[in-house]
Amino acid sequence: MQKLGKQTIKFDTPPTITSTACIVGPKESNGPLSTYFDKCLDDEFWGEETWEKAESKIIKETVSLAVAKSSIASQNIDYCFAGDLLNQCISSSFGLRELNIPFFGVFGACSTFVESMSLGSVFIDGGAAENVLCATSSHFCSAEKQFRFPLELGNQRPPTSQWTVTGSGAAVLSKSGNGPYITHITPGKIVDLGIKDANNMGAAMAPAAVDTLLTHFQDTGRAPSYYDLILTGDLGHIGKDITIDMMKTHGYNIKSNYNDCGVLIFDKATQDTHSGGSGCACCGTVFSGYVFKQLQQKKVQKVLLVATGALTNSTSAQQGETIPGIAHAVSIEL
Amino acid sequence: MSEFFSNLDFMQYLWCFIIGGVLCIIAQILIDKTKLTPARVLVLYVTVGAILGGLGIYKYLVDFAGAGATVPLTGFGYNLAKGAIEGVKDTGIIGAFTGGVKAAAGGIAAAIFFGYIASLISKPKIKKQ
Amino acid sequence: MDNFETAKQYQDYVDKKSPNSPIIKNCLCAFLVGGLICCIGQVILDICKARGLSIELSGTVCSIVLIGLSAFLTGLNIFNKIGKFAGAGSLIPITGFANSIVSPAMEYKSEGYVMGVGAKMFTVAGPVLVYGISASILVGLVYFVLM
Repeated sequence: MQKLGKQTIKFDTPPTITSTACIVGPKESNGPLSTYFDKCLDDEFWGEETWEKAESKIIKETVSLAVAKSSIASQNIDYCFAGDLLNQCISSSFGLRELNIPFFGVFGACSTFVESMSLGSVFIDGGAAENVLCATSSHFCSAEKQFRFPLELGNQRPPTSQWTVTGSGAAVLSKSGNGPYITHITPGKIVDLGIKDANNMGAAMAPAAVDTLLTHFQDTGRAPSYYDLILTGDLGHIGKDITIDMMKTHGYNIKSNYNDCGVLIFDKATQDTHSGGSGCACCGTVFSGYVFKQLQQKKVQKVLLVATGALTNSTSAQQGETIPGIAHAVSIEL
Repeated sequence: MSEFFSNLDFMQYLWCFIIGGVLCIIAQILIDKTKLTPARVLVLYVTVGAILGGLGIYKYLVDFAGAGATVPLTGFGYNLAKGAIEGVKDTGIIGAFTGGVKAAAGGIAAAIFFGYIASLISKPKIKKQ
Repeated sequence: MDNFETAKQYQDYVDKKSPNSPIIKNCLCAFLVGGLICCIGQVILDICKARGLSIELSGTVCSIVLIGLSAFLTGLNIFNKIGKFAGAGSLIPITGFANSIVSPAMEYKSEGYVMGVGAKMFTVAGPVLVYGISASILVGLVYFVLM
């Protein structure tokens, strides 16, 4: 393991992503990527009493599925890194309390999935673990309840708002395997350009994504064209446009191979999701479902996954604070 | 019932519709064009209604538009202020404290009661759109 | 970020990038639904008056019926769809006040009937009562002083 440039880490023996799994809610099942998900729920409660219990069940079942697919016995998984959006990460800790795997609760808002994969990779390449589990979840209803309004309140969502993805993504990383490999990680800095509008998260997070992308390219000496696909987590349509614009002013044209999970997961025209998807599970499910299968089928060879997070909560929003953004990148290659 | 329909004043309904609708348009513009959240707009409306009621201005709108002025939340504020003034007339300074809530008691109590009943029998559901 | 020197510059750029709310359509929907709800209120008022109720009592009956109707539609998971279409059109009439009490009551049922339903019922509507009642008391006090 060695540090490149300002903040990138290059792995000596890159960890393999052995398996991934994802479960999504009904709205995501009706989206353009429905065929790539392992399980599509037709009810947001999934037989549970509360949204929070439902989210815990989703992450629990997703993790079981990822472990089953990896054919690694769960006692051979050394550590688990997981987090979500609910206060004190209750979905992950409640969902995974019967897992019996040493657990690190991770909070990076919607960037949690890549943050977990980054930490897991460092553990593996550092020799502390053979196999690690990375997982994250979000739920539209529990997120609305915690961050916005009761579901039954008759309010209008502005066109800049995004739709929290209901679902969970999980990945098992291993020391040995045949790829896809995590070759580099670029943990991001907290970037805040002063956006206060909680209904425009894409604009709040885009500067962080740009900062991480620029740093990654400078640190590794790679050009954007090195990658078949550069994928941000949940910037949505507006954040995606801003990212393309800002990268252009820095002399990088990423338009041809760049996309955003929040743009891919919903059909803007028919699903009324305004600026697109958001939430931890947005990046988690799109990577675990869609991108990982593209990698397995060798349709893409080199992917830069940049998960973005808005580090805010309802108290800071009510106190008129700005929304700091963060973005973590992992470079995944065959 | 036929007497009820023959007594209907269509101009009254027209103005009721227009004034009620315009009060909603003003709120919609405030929500879309400024940073005011719906909760703040509701607070603004009830407060403005109470002040205009206290100044004796809102009464003219109520006479003119009927439910078009009393059903929007400004009407709720007007009703509170009117009750407080009548309370003062009846019982002096104590009436300022009792009159407003007394006048609005039906609405407040109904909202609390129906809210409780709804929570007993109904569960929230995701917006399909 | 060197291409946006100040937060203001970035905010201006974001404002330009972000689509505005379809304000004409929103206002039209708000006008139609708001006007309609007020007319329903007028029908209730007129029925009460035709039955010989006083103006004050008619107004109270009108409020209670509209609040009951709004609570019923909220409980049936319909009011949020009306609200999505109508915006301020269903928010500003007393129906919006009722919806803002009923919806958190339903949502926070999972936290129990005392600290959930009972306490969270006023998360959205509480401020309306605080400012409405306080303003009315001030009006009453001013009237008392001037009288």
